[in-house]
Amino acid sequence: MNRLVLLALQIGVGLVGLGIWHVLTVYPVLGETRQIQFFFSTPGAVLARAWAELLTPEIWGHLWITLQETVLAFVFGAAGGIAFGFLFARNALLAAVFDPYIKAANALPRVVLAPIFALWFGLGIWSKVALGFTLVFFIVFFNVYQGVREVSPVVLNNARMLGMSERGLLRHVYWPSALTWMFSSLHTAVGFALVGAVVGEYLGSSAGLGYKIHEAESVFDVTGVFAGMLILTVFVIVIDTLVTLIENRLLVWRPQAGNQG
Amino acid sequence: MDGSRQGSAEKIDARVPQDAAVALRDVTIAFTLKGAKRYVAVEGIDLAVRPGEFVAVVGPTGSGKSTILNAAAGLLKPASGRVDIFGQPLGGLNGRAGYLFQADALMPWKSALDNVAVALEPRGVRRAEALERARAWLGRVGLATFTDRYPHMLSGGQRKRVALAQMLIRDPEILLMDEPFGPLDAQTRQIMGNLLLDLWAQNRKAVIFVTHDLEEAIALSDRVIVLSAGPAARVVGDFPVPLARPRDISEIRLEPRFHDLYREIWSCLRVEVTRAYADGPA
Repeated sequence: MNRLVLLALQIGVGLVGLGIWHVLTVYPVLGETRQIQFFFSTPGAVLARAWAELLTPEIWGHLWITLQETVLAFVFGAAGGIAFGFLFARNALLAAVFDPYIKAANALPRVVLAPIFALWFGLGIWSKVALGFTLVFFIVFFNVYQGVREVSPVVLNNARMLGMSERGLLRHVYWPSALTWMFSSLHTAVGFALVGAVVGEYLGSSAGLGYKIHEAESVFDVTGVFAGMLILTVFVIVIDTLVTLIENRLLVWRPQAGNQG
Repeated sequence: MDGSRQGSAEKIDARVPQDAAVALRDVTIAFTLKGAKRYVAVEGIDLAVRPGEFVAVVGPTGSGKSTILNAAAGLLKPASGRVDIFGQPLGGLNGRAGYLFQADALMPWKSALDNVAVALEPRGVRRAEALERARAWLGRVGLATFTDRYPHMLSGGQRKRVALAQMLIRDPEILLMDEPFGPLDAQTRQIMGNLLLDLWAQNRKAVIFVTHDLEEAIALSDRVIVLSAGPAARVVGDFPVPLARPRDISEIRLEPRFHDLYREIWSCLRVEVTRAYADGPA
């Protein structure tokens, strides 16, 4: 399909959605507009609020906090996941012994840890980083583990026949292979880091986008909630785009990456 | 040749010269399958390749051609028998051999140039020099303008050229090739065969070239070894190929001498191929 047509259709769907929302909340179709607007707000009001928010320095402070938590959770989670993924993939005994514990830890819904983390690390950013870490760690861990274990045996044997030492294999074969798998889960991992941050903020904090949304919710300020969600969505899209750029750059050797853009 | 299995030790030693680049003596290789069943791939293999000799190994599917190559490379340990490399028993990987695999073995995350240059790293060659030599080698295999391409951007034949450069840049004394041109189309195979012969002629190494294509085997080699159908495949034929070099492998196929050789070796191979199809689960 023509790209312009597709773009037009995509925008069209958005406009139709907003139009329905607008008509149902601004005109007395479903009942008294004031009552309806209390529950659903209006697209105009939400956009105006979001815009007004973005013009104040306060929201940028919240965004900065959330960004910090996301990045820290991702960096620590990814580093831990890579280290342990490598260790377990190269040491079958270790992997076998810890297998049930890892499965158990991964099965636990991480949200229940949020209050514990708040207790341990306080209401500042570190309890959110800890929550994000527990989410990111397992995604990266499983992917790196898989990546190291599933290195093509032909590529591996070839590298061995070229005389590579264990260190050379690690650097030229295992590491790039593990990175591929990690990057294939990069979007998910970054997304989960953000989930950890926002959910943590939502459950107990004094700053961040999650806090901002929670604050509006507690005073039944539906417009504020939607405005916060809108800003959060834009924030996520920006981060996701950055991740895509990094991914395309680092995985330039991959067939799919080369065909995009 | 059918009696080679029962060959006594003295007889083997008489047949395997001491100066052989690769010598397999009474080698048996077995795998343990699911349910602890033992599968004997090859049994009692005697095979010697002199330095500078190009030996082709042919045999029906499942006759353990690759198995023999892997034993010579040190990737597989024989269940019994011994593998000698230049008179020394092989322990671990064969560091004096280069291996060209049938499947794509290039590192997909490295460009053609890096794939070739990295082969020099274990030798401790400085990176700048390694890159320069890799560039020269890519030129010799006709890929001078493709140095920055990643494997997926290259055709099957081009990837084989990169793999060839990667193997040869280390200047190994023994070349082990496992149906390297198998996945390529007929024309590309001939072009690659000629390229291989050109490069080999400049600096003759001992070669074991495994193929299922008898024409390719005769066109390239000094000697064709025929394996029986597996399991427990044995050497059932050993035919010298007294065709003059240098050869053009597309034209040598037209010579009457080539046809005589083909007929002679095929009569030996046909029995095994028929047997493989009759017994084989296919």
